[in-house]
Amino acid sequence: MEKSINISLKVWRQAGPKVKGEFETYKLDNVSTDNSFLEMLDILNEGLINHRKEPIVFDHDCREGICGMCSLYINGHPHGLDGETTTCQLHMRRFKDGETITVEPWRSAAFPVIKDLMVDRGAFDKIIQAGGYVSVNTGGVPDGNAIPISKVDADEAMDAASCIGCGACAAACKNGSAMLFVAAKVSQLALLPQGRIEAAHRAKVMVAKMDELGFGNCTNTGACEAECPKAVSISHIARLNREFLSAKFKD
Amino acid sequence: MWLIDSSIGRKLIMSITGTFLVLFLLFHSCMNIVVIISPTAYNAICAFLGANWYAVAGTSVLASGFVIHILYALFLTYQNKRARGAERYAVSKTQKGVDWSSQNMFVLGTVIFGFLALHMYNFWFKMQFAELTGIHTGAYDPSKGAEYVKDLFSNWIYCAVYIVWLSALWFHLTHGVWSALQTAGLNNKTWLPRVKVISNIISTIVVLMFMAIPVYYLISNCSCC
Repeated sequence: MEKSINISLKVWRQAGPKVKGEFETYKLDNVSTDNSFLEMLDILNEGLINHRKEPIVFDHDCREGICGMCSLYINGHPHGLDGETTTCQLHMRRFKDGETITVEPWRSAAFPVIKDLMVDRGAFDKIIQAGGYVSVNTGGVPDGNAIPISKVDADEAMDAASCIGCGACAAACKNGSAMLFVAAKVSQLALLPQGRIEAAHRAKVMVAKMDELGFGNCTNTGACEAECPKAVSISHIARLNREFLSAKFKD
Repeated sequence: MWLIDSSIGRKLIMSITGTFLVLFLLFHSCMNIVVIISPTAYNAICAFLGANWYAVAGTSVLASGFVIHILYALFLTYQNKRARGAERYAVSKTQKGVDWSSQNMFVLGTVIFGFLALHMYNFWFKMQFAELTGIHTGAYDPSKGAEYVKDLFSNWIYCAVYIVWLSALWFHLTHGVWSALQTAGLNNKTWLPRVKVISNIISTIVVLMFMAIPVYYLISNCSCC
């Protein structure tokens, strides 16, 4: 049933990458509980624009949980308190009347703030560019049964491929590590015959790029898995470790 | 060198030295428990290990294991703090399924290291060091280990200090054991929870065997008076 709530928002405002940011508090009355979190921010921004104030900058795109563009650290959790959802799938019915909601950008040395709540996640693109692809010319489509793949491997690869690259893992990690992201990308390709051929090289270059960009070292706390909107398992991290170590020992 | 340059290489070093230290703790605790079963047998072990060339060689390998583990922990923790960035979250909550110990390994390690210094002074300095140099640093002859242990733990404060220390060790090990295997590349979704259980069992066995000794003396001293 639709209800209206009054909320306070404590939002991180930062004019630019080099400027010092600070929290600003906004009061928002009569917010419909049927609104999504991003719609609520839109309403707030409309109000700000009408008052000739600078609107809050935040990332968003598809608003259906598949593009990985939305971010936001809401009340101490990336993508909010709900499990296995992105910020765009979060609704205002999850908040209480009179609640103060703290909204922060991803905070990680490798994700510098561009403005307000928007961070530069280009580091993930650079990791993908380093080796997160199949460079073999595959030619025409082979017969479906020509290369048998076990159901277990197919499922594992699919689970890894569900990673949308939003960066919640690195944002939640106390070490600022991007291991879950890199592990998912290495796994999805290493598990299937097409990507298997370059698996060793891929693990080496992607890990090297990750380290170069200033991400931290994984200590297996599991915070990434708990916050991942797609629930990518940390067992993929163990696979990445194995791929990387066996590649290095072979050299 | 990839063991130093890459994040996974550095973690592998933590994993290997950690596993080595766990094996040492198993060995150490098995010997310690003998003091409860038979003080004479314990003295025989003290005399046998003492300061022979194999014991000294073992000690130096062990010490280097500790040093590498601690230096890498400092290095990795520094890097991780830097990777987190200058700005901290104003609100941050621990997620469900994330163990407290896994997020506080450095704190636990520091606590363990602090007590380790005391432990080295209590036992190593007064036993192996005394035997090596021939200087009498303690009131007891190094081969009279059982009597010395009994004397030290007749003080309840020492018992309490050792129990606190071992509790910190338990927390450190519950995360450390499975984490070491994960880093070494043991990947299996079915086995991940099982490995965590095995890790809990190993740490509990090690810590219980160690803890039995101060607890034993604490109880036996209480019933005496």
